[in-house]
This record gives sequence, C-alpha cells and structure tokens, in this order.
Amino acid sequence: MIELRDVAYSYGGGELFSDLSLTLAPGSFHFLTGPSGAGKTTLLKLCYAALTATAGEVRLWGEDTRGMDRDTVALARRRIGVVHQDCQFLDHLPLAENVALPLTAAGRGDEAEGNLTDLLGWVGLSDQAAQLPPQLSGGERQRAALARAIIMSPDVILADEPTGNIDWEMSQRLLTLLVELNRMGKTVLICTHDLNLIRAAKSQVPARVLRLKGRRLIAAGAEL
Amino acid sequence: MSARETLLRAATLLRGDVQADRAVPPSGFTARLTVFTAAAMAFLAVFALALSLATGRLADRWGDELARTSTLRISAPADQILDQTATALRALSTTPGIASARALTPDEQRALLEPWFGPDLPVETLAVPQLIEIVEVDGGFDATGLRARLQAEVPGAVLDDHTRWRAPLVEAATRLRMLGLVALGLIALSTAAMITLAAQAALAANEQVIRVLRLVGARDAYIARAFVRRFTLRAAGGAAAGTAAGMLAVALLPSTDIAGGFLTGLGFRGAGWLWPLLVPPFAAAAAFAATRAASLRTLRSGT
Repeated sequence: MIELRDVAYSYGGGELFSDLSLTLAPGSFHFLTGPSGAGKTTLLKLCYAALTATAGEVRLWGEDTRGMDRDTVALARRRIGVVHQDCQFLDHLPLAENVALPLTAAGRGDEAEGNLTDLLGWVGLSDQAAQLPPQLSGGERQRAALARAIIMSPDVILADEPTGNIDWEMSQRLLTLLVELNRMGKTVLICTHDLNLIRAAKSQVPARVLRLKGRRLIAAGAEL
Repeated sequence: MSARETLLRAATLLRGDVQADRAVPPSGFTARLTVFTAAAMAFLAVFALALSLATGRLADRWGDELARTSTLRISAPADQILDQTATALRALSTTPGIASARALTPDEQRALLEPWFGPDLPVETLAVPQLIEIVEVDGGFDATGLRARLQAEVPGAVLDDHTRWRAPLVEAATRLRMLGLVALGLIALSTAAMITLAAQAALAANEQVIRVLRLVGARDAYIARAFVRRFTLRAAGGAAAGTAAGMLAVALLPSTDIAGGFLTGLGFRGAGWLWPLLVPPFAAAAAFAATRAASLRTLRSGT
C-alpha cells in the first residue's frame, strides 16, 4: 500500500534520516514516536508525496512517487486521509464545507450531503456544522480534521500529533474513532509523543510502535 | 486545441464551479486592482481605437479625395484676371480626364483667407490670385500636357495637383493610425501584466488555501480554475465599465461642425461604434491567459 525502501532525506546539507524502510500493509495500525526534530513529520510527508526522498524509493500502491506527475499525486492523496496537528482549514468556510472539501475538490460535491450528516454525527460535531473553524475548540477542530480526512473513505489515515493540542479525555475520544476506522479495514499511522495514548491504543488494537531516533527507524521496546 | 474545445472551455469557465469558487476567499485588494486596471485600460483602449479609426478615415480622405482634385491658381494684373480665368475654364472643359472645373467665388476665397486675415477681408480690393477647383474623373488627367497648354494660353496660371503636399499628409495620417494600433497593443500587454501581478499577489496571499486544497487531493487545474475564473470575470466587468465610460466620453467630444479641426474628428461613425464592444471580451481573454499562466506557474513551483 505505502512502502518506503532505504529512504533518506536531507535538507540544507544535513541528513535527517537514511536507510529507512517501512511498509504500511492494509489494515495495519502504526505509531511513530521519537524526539522532536527526528523527522516524524518529514516521514509522514514522504508517505503522501508532499516531499520527495533524497535517496531510496517511496511507493504508493506500487508506484514510485518520483515518477508520478502532479495529477497522479493528487489522485493518490485522495486515497490518503491526513490529519495535522494544526488541522489546516479554510477559515472562511463553515465546518461542513471544510469537511466536504475533499469531495468537492474531486468533483463529487453532490455526494457530500448524505455523508456529511452521518460523518459529523459520528465525530460529534452535528451542532457545529455551520460554524467557522476559528470558532471551534481544539478538540472540535481535531475531530473535524479527522472527519475531513475520512470523507473520501481513504485506504490510509496519517495523523501527525493529532492529540497535541487537546486534553486527555478528547484524546481518548479521537483515539476511539481511529481504532474504529482501523477495525473497518483502514490503515492508520499516528505520529505522537504521547506514550499514554500509545498504551491506551495497544489495549484496544494490535498496534506496531516505531521509533525514529539517531537517523534510524527502529521497533520500540517492550515498555510500550 | 479545436474551436469546439475552446468554446466548451469558455462555457465551462463562465458556468463556473460554485464550490471551487468558494474555496478561494474573496481578496479585496487584488479584486479592486484588477477591476480598476481593466476599467482604466479599457477606457484608454477606446480612445486609442477612436484615434486609430479617425486617422484611418483621415488618411483615406486625404488619399482619395485630394487625389481626385487639383487647383489652378491664376495670378495676373487686375484687368486681365477675368479673361485669363475664362480662358483657363474653357481649356479645362476640353481637357480629357477633368470632370468639372469652377472658379471659387469671392466669398469662398475670403473663407480660405479668414484664418490668417480675420473676417470681412475685402478680397476684391487686393491682388489675390483667382483659384479654380478641378475635379478629376477616375484615372485623372495628363498634368504635364495641361501645364504646357496653360503656359501657352494662360500665362498667369499655375497648376497644383496636390501631389507635393498630399503625400506627407497621407503618410502622417497612416503613421498616426499605426501609433493608435501600437497603443492598443501596449494597452493589452499592460493589462495582461497588471492582471498577472494581481493574480500572483492573490496566489501568494492564498498560500494556505492552496496548501489545504493540495492536502485534500485537489489537482492544479481545479485550484487554478478558481483563480482564473475570478480574475477573468473581474477583468471583463471592469473592462465593460471602462468601455462604456470611454464610449460615452468619445460621444461627448465636440462635433467637427462646432469646433472644426482634426482632433474633433476623433470618434466612431456608423458601424465603427461596434468596435469598442470587442474590448471587454479581449480584456477577459487577456486576463484568462495571464491568470492561467501565472496560476499554473505558481502551482508548479510548490508541492
């Protein structure tokens, strides 16, 4: 599905990581941890072709991202739902339109109406549909970002510090939603510093925990 | 691209995609800049067009009408001028290629001198040459033969077939027409450049919007379309307003009859009023091409 083989990434003359290999198989659940600046976000961006590896290859559904044109990358991103820590909304559009944005960008805006009602109900934001993103709390924004990430029913969900700005209760709620999605067959990769979140997840789902440290990707220890 | 495809694209652009349009927030500064630029340039374009058409008419008139007329000037002592005029008219009436010839009346001669000597000049008391206006048939007459004949029969006659001063006037009018066309071209280029700058400013101001749209899988064409349609419609609207104002200003110029002279002949006549109506579609086309190129160039440079 998403495969990184011997990948390296350098910027400004410095090498962030090298010889990194990772396979996100269908239906798998992964956590990616590591100190700040280790390259977790960069690794995530390589997974959805927002960045290009300086060495090695990144394959999305078997296709090397280096050979993809911009339209092919756009089509691949429709199969990958991304949740960022800062959510990245269009602040001038109501929440409902933000959540439906992937469908409208794909020319499938007419499918939005039915999906939106169910989806906003599922993430508990039915009452906030008409509000603008700046009017929402941190937790509401994160749940809205998750709703937007999955409205196209993607195969993979990539989340970068999704619980970074929200309290523990809201983190648990978000984790529950991600676990539910994984049980539906979605592949999930979450970058996080939050070890409690990882522990909570491992009690619900067989999650693989990876640690990015010293420019290498390693399996995390049994303490998790 | 075939004409059908071009028309389909234009129809798609005009119909628009409401949801794509909404993805890009209305940006006040670039919107006003585009509308104002298009309006100002369209206003100037109408005047450049009027200048070009007026000088074209002038060149045609000088080229055609003056080419078909000549003037015979008779300078003779007062007691001989009537006889020489009559002899000249007889000679002209029998010259092949001349449709008509007539001596100007004292009033007409006074009108000719009025710009220099003022009104009520007593031309009868002055030794003013008698002028005879000659109108030629198509193909003209043999000027050399006529001069030789007049030299023998009317010693005070000087034939001016206008060749000497008509050519530089026609050339000047032709160059003025070219200048008008060059001005139109420069206006079109300036419009495209200004709209390109406005589009680039809008793209830079909406970097976050573009990043989000990319994140959710929007293609470059989808993102560009929202910007292109907006700028094309703004340019068309501004140009329509500028064209209307320009046409009104041209219509309000003093008429030739009231003030006389070349500049007051600036304007449109008959079907010529349809030409300015092409300015808004051309401005829209320039905006479409400029914004599309700027959008795709900017989008290609990002990830």
